[in-house]
Amino acid sequence: MSSLQDSRYILEANNIRKDFNVKVKNNKIVAEEKILKAVDNINLKIKPGETLGLVGESGCGKTTTAKLLLGLYKPTEGKIICEGTDITAFKRKQLKAFRKKAQMIFQDPYESLNPRFKIKDVLIEPLIIHKIGSNYKEQLKIAEDILEEVGLKPAQTYLERYPHEMSGGQRQRVAIARALILNPSLLIADEPVSMLDVSIRAGILSLLRKMIKERNLAAICISHDLSLIRYISDYTAVMYLGKIVEIAPTEQLIKKRFHPYTEALLEAVPNPDPDFKISLQNIKGEAPNPVDKPNGCSFHPRCVKCMEICKKEQPQQVEIEKGHFVLCHLHKNKNS
Amino acid sequence: MKLLELNNVSIDYKTIEGNIRAVDKICLSIEDGEILGLVGESGCGKTTLIKSIIGLLPQNGTVAEGEIFFENENLLKLTKDEMRKKRWKDISMITQSAMNSLNPVYKISWQIVEAIQAHKEISKEDAYKRAEELFELVGLEKGRLNDYPHQYSGGMKQRAIIAMALALNPKIIIADEPTTALDVIVQSQILERINKLLENYQGSMILVTHDMSVIAQTCTKVAVMYGGKIVEYGEVNQVFKEPNHPYTMGLKNAFPSLVGEKNDLISIPGIPPNLLNEIKGCRFKDRCPFSIEKCSQENPKKTNIEEGFFYCHREEEREKLRVLASKQETWLQENIKE
Amino acid sequence: MITLNKILRMLRNNKVGMIGLLIFLSFVIIAVFADRIAPYDPMKIQYDSDGGVKRLQPPSKEHYLGTTWMGRDVFSQMIVGSRIAVLVGVISAVCVVFIGTNIGLIAGYFGGTLDNVMMRLVDIVYGIPFLPFALILVAILGPGIKNIILAIVLITWRNSSRVIRSQVLSLKNRTFIEAAKLSGASHWRIIYKHIAPNVMPLSLVYVSTTMASAIMTESSLSFLGFGDPLQVSWGKILYACYSSQAMFKAWWWMIPPGIAITLLVLSGYLMGRAFEEIANPKLRER
Repeated sequence: MSSLQDSRYILEANNIRKDFNVKVKNNKIVAEEKILKAVDNINLKIKPGETLGLVGESGCGKTTTAKLLLGLYKPTEGKIICEGTDITAFKRKQLKAFRKKAQMIFQDPYESLNPRFKIKDVLIEPLIIHKIGSNYKEQLKIAEDILEEVGLKPAQTYLERYPHEMSGGQRQRVAIARALILNPSLLIADEPVSMLDVSIRAGILSLLRKMIKERNLAAICISHDLSLIRYISDYTAVMYLGKIVEIAPTEQLIKKRFHPYTEALLEAVPNPDPDFKISLQNIKGEAPNPVDKPNGCSFHPRCVKCMEICKKEQPQQVEIEKGHFVLCHLHKNKNS
Repeated sequence: MKLLELNNVSIDYKTIEGNIRAVDKICLSIEDGEILGLVGESGCGKTTLIKSIIGLLPQNGTVAEGEIFFENENLLKLTKDEMRKKRWKDISMITQSAMNSLNPVYKISWQIVEAIQAHKEISKEDAYKRAEELFELVGLEKGRLNDYPHQYSGGMKQRAIIAMALALNPKIIIADEPTTALDVIVQSQILERINKLLENYQGSMILVTHDMSVIAQTCTKVAVMYGGKIVEYGEVNQVFKEPNHPYTMGLKNAFPSLVGEKNDLISIPGIPPNLLNEIKGCRFKDRCPFSIEKCSQENPKKTNIEEGFFYCHREEEREKLRVLASKQETWLQENIKE
Repeated sequence: MITLNKILRMLRNNKVGMIGLLIFLSFVIIAVFADRIAPYDPMKIQYDSDGGVKRLQPPSKEHYLGTTWMGRDVFSQMIVGSRIAVLVGVISAVCVVFIGTNIGLIAGYFGGTLDNVMMRLVDIVYGIPFLPFALILVAILGPGIKNIILAIVLITWRNSSRVIRSQVLSLKNRTFIEAAKLSGASHWRIIYKHIAPNVMPLSLVYVSTTMASAIMTESSLSFLGFGDPLQVSWGKILYACYSSQAMFKAWWWMIPPGIAITLLVLSGYLMGRAFEEIANPKLRER
């Protein structure tokens, strides 16, 4: 892939893999130990000001990927390069510096804020840890500014509150403020709106989008819902059982997709229009347990277009159009 | 014929902070064979409302006024025992967390047979046959009947729960967010299955969800709840194409769609009202871009239309508001009077 | 979702807890002002006008709770004895919970070998029978409050540390802890700023119940004659009563310390129960 010095990208993941040892209960009394390949040979690159969407069903490895990129897990194999250095080899001090650069927004705003911290404490804590602002007053000012920036105005009315005194949408705004207060260059949002009421989702999504563009952040947005990803990401990667099966600019992916799984994901999103009834034609059954991945292409047991070769051989990634990559035997020949 | 009729139902919760009127004077009826969708944000009272129908309100909740008629019998007058007999036989329920209610130490088949026998005089063999039929109906293999719940995936458990809810041919099924906890693909598979089931099913169904698109997929009628009241009710097609209440208009804008060009997603500013305090006038007024003087002074009156009704002070101008509501500028925080 | 303010507010709403707190506070006040309240020196032998010892006198205007076989004033002994009870109760409770909470926090948070070693230690301590251990320890180190407290602390830290550890195990996987890690917080910061305040209500349950059991232990040891020979305690009053064979003759000598011990122990359990309801919302609804 690219060299270590490629400065156009904030973050590059090269062939990362993450295995977990899991105990599988079968009918025997003793649990059997097996290897779960949660993330299997993934390559990702993110530029500043760009958002990558990661879509897939639960258990496909999207959250594990995010945690790998943030250094919360160590990859079993592969390198993650952030601004020229490999984060997997970081020592404690470097890691602390990296924490300043990479931030995350979690799915559940009821869970991600410490219930015993006032909003001002939530926001000031990162400043204290990284010794930003010379005194408390200055830090409070930074916190106020960021609160107003995420739309909680006037900030004074929110600073003294506890998380449980706020609505879900307001809490998620606080979580965004906390993530941005250290001026990071990389932001990962894990299902940022899936726990929120529909009527306020759009507000949070457009706030995130605005922040990413204004601050020129490299961002990753994880969701199981392609229709939401559409509103925030420039590129979208579809994951299935630890692999990226298709990646393309978002609108291009929605208009013209090549992988049968992407097709199925698109079909599955219910439409708020009574004239379009769901019909799933491209998929059957349910996702297998990731511990027992099928041989060959791991999607083949559910694929309606499955061929003989799919059962035996793993497909290779092909660039089917410029910037549009697919991992599927159906599209092998189109590659010139 | 009206199968279920709610007449002026109000429900109160006692809390440390005071009384909360979670449901306020709701009138609603369901006819035989109707599939009603009940949609609203969390805390709007939709779950409370259906819990009052099956008589499973939490201890601190009471029906303060009103009547709930099921086949011309007031359910609120029944004793606990009579209600329990009705519960599964005539009115059955599927909840979001129901899939966790399967007992892990018994086989699925045993649990279904046991449940059927508890309500009906039937031999074990016949009950087992019924279980097989049900499994076919919900799209599960008969062979999986003798598995334990932990051998099932989430989607399969939810199918088994649906099978159990159908077991005694209830006259009405109440489904509370039946697919919310599931993945998109599994959710669609189950919705598809529910649609298929409903084609042959004689009874009615109430589907409670926060997701307008789920309702668009399955229901014939829809009731939109906000702050403990039903603000709009009508045919699904009519409500989705020509919403009459500003809240419904806003909700429709908030849904992302994959069909066609990307529209701007618009969110409704503000947060739902705190029901602890008594609210004067329309409950949506604080978040409504079209609110006028009158909205904060008196409760809006009911406006009847062919197949439904809605409550709004500006009912005359609804055509104009609908056009305005589809524009993003309308819903900016600044345009809303505090 | 619980703040300290809310704990106080809930305690105010909790009648049982309030009663416990009131009983406990009245004993604390008595203990603090014991010197002023007690009409006589508790160890001084009282003589009547003829110069004879006031042996086993029933309650009267001069001696509210009568006198002992040695002619000492029972009421004064009761008042001064509350000091030992409150002191032993509070000090051992605070020590026990301090140790137990810290061990629970560290073992639960770091896990691995450290956790393993600490929890096996807990297992060993669980294997030690309490009263015999305390008796032997006090017999070796000599009677006295310090040694009694030491015995109590050495044994009872096991309960709180294990329960707090399990609470920490579930807390450390919560998202807000992960969020703190992501903002670069150190392990110690996460343990003491993020996790510790969340196990507080549980710690308070243990403060109250340990206090109660410490008072019981102190009384038992004193009753068995292992108390501090120079100080008056309720257990020792009972011991003196028993050893003078006056148990069935002088009810005024035996019943008051019994009631006082019961009340103080009860107050500890009542408060513990209230904190438990705060720590565990499910209990509140019942």
